[in-house]
Amino acid sequence: MIEAKNINFYYGDFQALKNISMTMESNTVTAFIGPSGCGKSTFLRLFNRMNDLIEDTRMDGELLIDGKDIYSKSADVDSLRQEVGMVFQKPNPFPKSIFENVAYGLRVNNLGNKSFIQERVEESLKAAALWDEVKDKLNKSAFDLSGGQQQRLCIARALAVAPSTILMDEPASALDPVSTSKIEELIHELKKDYTIVIVTHNMQQAARISDKTGFFMLGELVEYSDTDKMFMNPEKEVTQNYITGRFG
Amino acid sequence: MMNKKISQQIAFGTFKLFGVIVIAILFSILGFIIFNGIKVVNWEFLTGFPGEGMTSGGIFPAIVGTLYLVIGSLLFAFPLGVMSAIYTNEYAGKGWIVKFIRMMTNNLASIPSIVFGLFGMALFVNKLNFGDSILAGSLTLGLLILPVIIRTTEEALKAVPDSYRQGSLALGATKLQTIRRVVLPTAFPNIITGLILSIGRVSGETAPILFTVAAYFLPKLPTSIFDQAMALPYHLYVLATSGTDLEASRPMAYGTALVLILIVLIMNLFASLLRKRLSKNNKSK
Repeated sequence: MIEAKNINFYYGDFQALKNISMTMESNTVTAFIGPSGCGKSTFLRLFNRMNDLIEDTRMDGELLIDGKDIYSKSADVDSLRQEVGMVFQKPNPFPKSIFENVAYGLRVNNLGNKSFIQERVEESLKAAALWDEVKDKLNKSAFDLSGGQQQRLCIARALAVAPSTILMDEPASALDPVSTSKIEELIHELKKDYTIVIVTHNMQQAARISDKTGFFMLGELVEYSDTDKMFMNPEKEVTQNYITGRFG
Repeated sequence: MMNKKISQQIAFGTFKLFGVIVIAILFSILGFIIFNGIKVVNWEFLTGFPGEGMTSGGIFPAIVGTLYLVIGSLLFAFPLGVMSAIYTNEYAGKGWIVKFIRMMTNNLASIPSIVFGLFGMALFVNKLNFGDSILAGSLTLGLLILPVIIRTTEEALKAVPDSYRQGSLALGATKLQTIRRVVLPTAFPNIITGLILSIGRVSGETAPILFTVAAYFLPKLPTSIFDQAMALPYHLYVLATSGTDLEASRPMAYGTALVLILIVLIMNLFASLLRKRLSKNNKSK
């Protein structure tokens, strides 16, 4: 579960997020939608502190994941990122073998011995619905895979370190329709075991896969409700205008 | 319409002509050296000591000396250069200090090599009291190639996509782990390019070794890093300018040049093979 309380975020002098409070439940898929530059990706990247990598940024407010304040002084960023996995917009496998890509997180976090790693890699690839396609070529370069397979590999890589939460930043925007629907099915499966937050530009996608949807605009959370309600009967007119494609 | 075509043909013809000229120049130099040098290059030439006022015998000690200097200078400059490039590219951010370091590195690269020779003599030979020695020569040559290694390493690191770094960090890896396990292995084939350039540079430079290591003639091979050594480029210089009988030692000079070129060629070949092997995983289809 992710609880955000009164989050403000700044790039230098520019305020990218304005007083955002919302709660994302466990075992649900929460989608963030909104026009480009609305702050939805920025907000997502707060959950595993990826914004720490950008110079001259500042956050205030409180962000709890599974009850822990992830921005407290005592919080450890590396173990947070083990707990909160991320899948990026463009598939970014490492220039290593398929096996080593999935094993990477286990190795850097010193999780388990050789046989455990072997087991875990297989489990993760199965969970990411990739095992059958790659089981005979685990030692081949990850770059031999298609874009959609690479993205599922990145999902397997994130699952391997046993996170509780998975963040997805437009995970299907660089993929073809078939690969996209595979990823969507996968998200639906993963929901049983993980908290999933997904940023998407694709409104149909949000409607198809998410339980709850947050609509962001100009750094504000305009509306946050059950996905069905959001798309059938939004409360605000601006939401209505956005999802019916009147601007974007 | 006709005009466009004609000017296109003239331009293309000109480029082709200049390309051919450049290649012709290169091959005639190479051909000249091979033609003049091949006559003296034989087993004895490669494994023997110079004899009869350098008009006969071989160049074995100079080959050994050059190999020592290549290895010595790389042992010193390669780790130092790679680590400092990692610092400036991965850790230091984008402040003025880094810009300053980068500027100084570029300046260092454009200093004439004879100046390095003088500096090496002042610091390593005299001040630190290493004497004329392989150590002093290697350190001086190391300084000379340091900027090359730093620059190529920085370029290699810059070519590693940020998405790899983010992917690694997002899995809970530390920055050091990310650099060691993802960034460096990805960049390494390109870092080898710096190594290749450096080998060529070190093998061929004469000025930096003039006052720091090179011996006119040695009756035995060096046995420690504090010994002087002969080296191919300096030996070539000696053969060409200050032998007892210049006419008689001329073929020896060409032979030496040929061996020098071959050594550089072989080392480059070796490094490219290494580069190929290392970049096996980096290729996307």
